[in-house]
Amino acid sequence: MFRNVDWYDIWLATLDTLLMLFGSLLFTVLIGLPLGVLLFLTGPRQLLQNRAIYGVLSLVVNVLRSLPFIILLIVMIPLTVLLTGTSLGVAGAIPPLVAGAAPFFARLVETALREVDRGIIEATQAMGASTRQIIWNALLPEARPGIIAAITVTAITLVSYTAMAGVVGAGGLGDLAIRYGYQRFQTDVMVVTVVLLLCLVQILQVVGDRLVIHFSRK
Amino acid sequence: MIEFHDVYKTYRVNGRDIQALKPTSLSVRAGEVFGLIGHSGAGKSTLLRLINRLEEPSGGRIVVDGVEVTALAPEGLRRFRRQVGMIFQHFNLLSSKTVADNVAMPLRLAGEMPPAAIRARVAELLRRVGLSEHADKYPAQLSGGQKQRVGIARALATGPKILLCDEATSALDPQTTAQVLQLLAEINRELGLTIVLITHEMDVIRRVCDRVAVIEDGAIVEQGPVVDVFLHPRHPTTVRFVQEAEQIDQDGLREDFAHVSGRILRLTLKGETTHAPLLGRIARATGVDYSILSGRFDRIKGVSYGQLILALVGGDFEAALRQLQAADVHVEVLR
Repeated sequence: MFRNVDWYDIWLATLDTLLMLFGSLLFTVLIGLPLGVLLFLTGPRQLLQNRAIYGVLSLVVNVLRSLPFIILLIVMIPLTVLLTGTSLGVAGAIPPLVAGAAPFFARLVETALREVDRGIIEATQAMGASTRQIIWNALLPEARPGIIAAITVTAITLVSYTAMAGVVGAGGLGDLAIRYGYQRFQTDVMVVTVVLLLCLVQILQVVGDRLVIHFSRK
Repeated sequence: MIEFHDVYKTYRVNGRDIQALKPTSLSVRAGEVFGLIGHSGAGKSTLLRLINRLEEPSGGRIVVDGVEVTALAPEGLRRFRRQVGMIFQHFNLLSSKTVADNVAMPLRLAGEMPPAAIRARVAELLRRVGLSEHADKYPAQLSGGQKQRVGIARALATGPKILLCDEATSALDPQTTAQVLQLLAEINRELGLTIVLITHEMDVIRRVCDRVAVIEDGAIVEQGPVVDVFLHPRHPTTVRFVQEAEQIDQDGLREDFAHVSGRILRLTLKGETTHAPLLGRIARATGVDYSILSGRFDRIKGVSYGQLILALVGGDFEAALRQLQAADVHVEVLR
């Protein structure tokens, strides 16, 4: 049992996966959240309704989302090198991970914001709030449970993306699974990595759900 | 306080212009409760939102408290809106904030009051609407009536001169409606606040409004003091609203009257005349006999009124009519 498994390697790979996951999640939220807010605001019949901006943003988001992640990984290599100096390891994986996940996350944020009752926006406007104040004081607090749920879904998507990133030399559990579990027929390594990834997803989902419940006041 | 000069609003829907409000002139006096009644889609909601420019007018001038609202730039408009409170049918409270934080929100957005002063003001407002012990609850934990009270406290936070009420009681049960209307009347009296409210219930108008305008198809079809509009509705829409409010079954009455002999009159009594011992005296003096077919007595804004439908037989009908009119009774001969 587990005779091919080098637990130290597994440990390092797990660390790499966690680094890639949370590093890319951080940038995904930093980029995706404003993008989602902008998509929402410039959308039809919204506060900053703007056909041109919405159209362009929407197109970019759709293009990035329709690209299979594995293709994105390869296409992104020159840009990644430009940004991080390498296309390998954790640093090399984060740009394509963010490029893959941020548009997805932005759409989820847009949807979460659309769930906010228009009446609340109207009431905040009637108080004399500026658009910036409406975003910070009404929209984001009201959409918080939805945004947390979006972060959870995105984090889980990123877990599977990090596994794929292994293909272009990103390291992590996925890389281990492909190189040892698949290419060298070491089924025990495959089982261990898959179980670890499963646990990771499970933990993310449970924590996310708890947070959503905590912040839901309905 | 609020003046509309030929204000109109058209929407463009699927390449077609829809006139939500036809050119309308209107004047609301300082300190009064002004009611706008109409069916859904009549344009009352548009009219209300034009006052604080939540809806942009397509043309015309709106002047509020000497300020030409239609000419305000964004920053000026935001400052102006702080002087106009607004409450809503579905309360529109932030579910993510506590009652106290909801009430504090307009003050925090204005950013002119130090936190300690905001806390004190919020406590005072919650006391006024009777919700002091609910300050730390979330809206979801409150009943509908309590939520609307929070809405009222929030609308009053910045000390506005005008309160706009958008179907404020339409989502509430009759008892809660009465309480909320009472609170509004109290605020109007004690703070001298000008209130504009829209509703589709004549009963709401009767309970709190000084004057009323009836709106249909984007135009005001009738307006005046509530007592007058209520007792002598002219436009068919107004007549229907009054009948609904008084639960008058017009067809049923007509059927009943068919079996009654003699002339039929509707008398409207108002103010002191309402309780004067008129009928007996006039009957004795003119020899007519009367029977009461239907009647209602009530008060609107402190004015008592009565409306009776009588059948008169025998005696000197013309003399009775003259004496009634001489006694300041409004008489309509129905048959």
